[in-house]
Amino acid sequence: MTTLPPEVPVNPSPLSPKEPAMTRHLRPGARSAAARVVALSLTLGLSSAAAAQGPPSPDPRVGLRAGKYDAAEAAWNLRRLATAQPTEHFAESTNSDLAFTGNYAIQGSYNGWQIWDISNPSHPTLKTAYFCPASQSDVSVYRNLLFVSGEGLTGRLDCGGQGVQDTVSHDRLRGLRIFDISDIAHPRNVGNVQTCRGSHTHTVLVDPKDADNVYVYISGSAGVRSPNELPGCVRAAPTQDPNSSLFRIEVIRVPLAHPEQAAIVSSPRIFNDLTAPPQHGEAPEDVANAARLAAAARERGAYTAMLFGMERVVPNQIINPLLDSIVKARGGTGAATAADSAALRTALPDIIQRQFGGGPAGPGPRPGPTQCHDITVYPAIGLAGGACGGYGLLLDIRDPAHPVRLAAVADSNFSYWHSATFNNDGTKLLFSDEWGGGGQAKCRATDRREWGADAIFTRNGSNLAFQSYYKLPAPQTAAENCVAHNGSLIPIPGRDVMVQSWYQGGISVFDWTDAQHPHEIAFHDRGPVDSTHIAGGGSWSAYWYNGVIVSSEISRGLDIFELTPSAFISQNELDAAKTVHYDYLNTQGQPKMVWPASFALARAYADQLERSHGLTAARLTTVRGALSRAEAASGAARRTALNALATQVTGYAAGSSDAAKVRMLAGAVHDLAAAR
Amino acid sequence: MKPSQLRPIVAALLAVAAGTVSGRAAAQTTPSSAPPPPATQGEAAAIAQAQADSARRPWTAADAQFMSHMIGHHAQAIVMARMAPTHGASPSILTLAARIINAQQDEIATMQRWLRDRRQPVPDAVPGMKMVMNGVEHVMLMPGMLTDEQMAELDRARGKEFDRLFLTYMIRHHQGATSMVSDLFGTYGAGQDETVFKFASDVNVDQTTEIERMQRMLADLVFGGVSP
Repeated sequence: MTTLPPEVPVNPSPLSPKEPAMTRHLRPGARSAAARVVALSLTLGLSSAAAAQGPPSPDPRVGLRAGKYDAAEAAWNLRRLATAQPTEHFAESTNSDLAFTGNYAIQGSYNGWQIWDISNPSHPTLKTAYFCPASQSDVSVYRNLLFVSGEGLTGRLDCGGQGVQDTVSHDRLRGLRIFDISDIAHPRNVGNVQTCRGSHTHTVLVDPKDADNVYVYISGSAGVRSPNELPGCVRAAPTQDPNSSLFRIEVIRVPLAHPEQAAIVSSPRIFNDLTAPPQHGEAPEDVANAARLAAAARERGAYTAMLFGMERVVPNQIINPLLDSIVKARGGTGAATAADSAALRTALPDIIQRQFGGGPAGPGPRPGPTQCHDITVYPAIGLAGGACGGYGLLLDIRDPAHPVRLAAVADSNFSYWHSATFNNDGTKLLFSDEWGGGGQAKCRATDRREWGADAIFTRNGSNLAFQSYYKLPAPQTAAENCVAHNGSLIPIPGRDVMVQSWYQGGISVFDWTDAQHPHEIAFHDRGPVDSTHIAGGGSWSAYWYNGVIVSSEISRGLDIFELTPSAFISQNELDAAKTVHYDYLNTQGQPKMVWPASFALARAYADQLERSHGLTAARLTTVRGALSRAEAASGAARRTALNALATQVTGYAAGSSDAAKVRMLAGAVHDLAAAR
Repeated sequence: MKPSQLRPIVAALLAVAAGTVSGRAAAQTTPSSAPPPPATQGEAAAIAQAQADSARRPWTAADAQFMSHMIGHHAQAIVMARMAPTHGASPSILTLAARIINAQQDEIATMQRWLRDRRQPVPDAVPGMKMVMNGVEHVMLMPGMLTDEQMAELDRARGKEFDRLFLTYMIRHHQGATSMVSDLFGTYGAGQDETVFKFASDVNVDQTTEIERMQRMLADLVFGGVSP
């Protein structure tokens, strides 16, 4: 039976009074700040203005003592439950991405992968350690299959650790390894799909219409292999060879009954004719206007040329010297003849393309960036976000083997588009910029806030509109590699909340419900691994999985955290988040979060209405009281009470400044009444 | 005049104006005719030896030369970028230059650290590579680097002309860096060191991305933006 809540519920204590399970190693200066954070959390309740409980100041992440396993730590609204240090053959390697299945977290490493049993998140235990070196060992899982990326030159088909010295070798594995993990303690390598540029990352796409296969999108940024190593690989640009291995992604189809038959089924050129500008967004009117101007100029006899997908008028400063040269070349003098002009018109596209487009003009469309770094598919809405070179792409993936580009955005503050995350209803898309490749310190006080950050876009159909940047707010030292990296949504209902890794900047939980004003609501950070220089370390990925946040620490192992209630996330919101259950999770195969009917869900919305002042205190008291009484009742009495409450709350919407949330509350209560 | 007759002229014009870098062909060994061995399991005793071997895959002279040469290459990009504020560069060029300085300074520190950790000579962050041949000191230029005359030309330019030259030369400079990465990965035994592979790959993707951005900036500068 459920415990009877108080007649007029008050907000539950935001923090359990017991000390955090972790040991804090703080230098004296940092201790007071951290103590203040805890004190603040303990004394202030949800009803206090959030501003009063804003991020701790001074920021306790500044000045943390260095150390590999004994670095000082700072945390706010997060509690570290456990850290599992890397096991024998993984200690000096680089931990990479995470995938989850059942009670297991699968952690990639440049030396292979480890499977951790996280049934008890306070005591993760090693289930399997599989030595099989490859960078970056990006991992995904689907049913009994585990997929592992190999990109570097050292990966071997036989999983040996000796590397591959030859520039051409049939021992080398660059592409996708496939394992059967039916017996999770004894994985079997059941297939390998070699690709021309290897696999830096990959994305498993589960097509809702195809029960027999899964698809894997391969993103590879490294160089093209020799055709002597892998037949069919072509290093030349598409303008020189239409079969170029550049400027495309690879789509692998994996028959679930016969994973050994996995093979590339298409190599879509999703970048062709990309016309995005070097700035945020682009008005289609601008492109149309440029075309109109060019057409008018052509009418007047001016020279035009296609460049970056747009027809442009070539100015006289370029045309006149070219014409003079042509006249001179035929030994003539004076003005150019009609024949000279015609010759120039013929040659002009090639000249312009070579001089300004970076390569010779050739048949076919302009290719765009050479690769994606990562693609996040969201099958429930048929869309994917691609982080591809200098662009963020929106793709239609309803035909899995033939993704179609719907939109592209560029940003002059972005160095290298790294990953993408949709919000749950798909109306927003967040891209991150891995400026410096993750090996450099880009969160110093001197680094600009919009560099190496996230860029948040709103989506309306196929249009993406830039809204804001989000970057880790705490300055890090020059000894800490730090830039935006992998993260996932946290299923707080009715809000867009995300946890994200920032390498040695630690992990940051932020709210981007208001796309123009993302703000941090929790964090964890350690001091640098080494105070004298950048030693590899920090969080590679931090993902929410069934109630906890699991972080892959590059050098220190596997961290597991729980969110603690605060002014920014109430206990009810956390309880509601924990009702969302995944059987498995590949973050780049974004699942649609669905909240089953629960009292926690209704109370979470009530808490949000308190925070937004969308309902008066009196009405909140009424709602909470009614929910408590309904929870104490059962059967028809509960149903009747909840239906009455749903009707009552629906009536509140009209007068509320947050009517949409009031209707969500009414809906949650109504669903609760219908639930068994 | 037929287009074919025009070709030499075009080429001559391009040689001056665009200065494209042609990467050297990657070295390749003779293809092996042996079929790929079957994939074996990376388990148990069979891999114990491999684990010992893998403790540190050895870096090669090619890796060290790449790290060493790229320091001088990056250093020139920084000298070029530092001209922007005093040469009337436009706001977008100022931003680009600030990013290049930030990124390449950090990368120089990474390369110097890598060399120092391996007890290799650590070049100063000055453009080019000093070499003594027949008792005379020469400065060797890596692919895409500007000659003294070109640096002087850039230094004389102001405003829009600076912007145009800066982009033209920096595109070529970046193309040189990416060709150095291609050369490295085409060398026997190179890129097995994890840091070298990751660093060179990052340089490659960052600069390839920046080249395309600069090409667009250059096109907008020369042809005007999309607005009327």
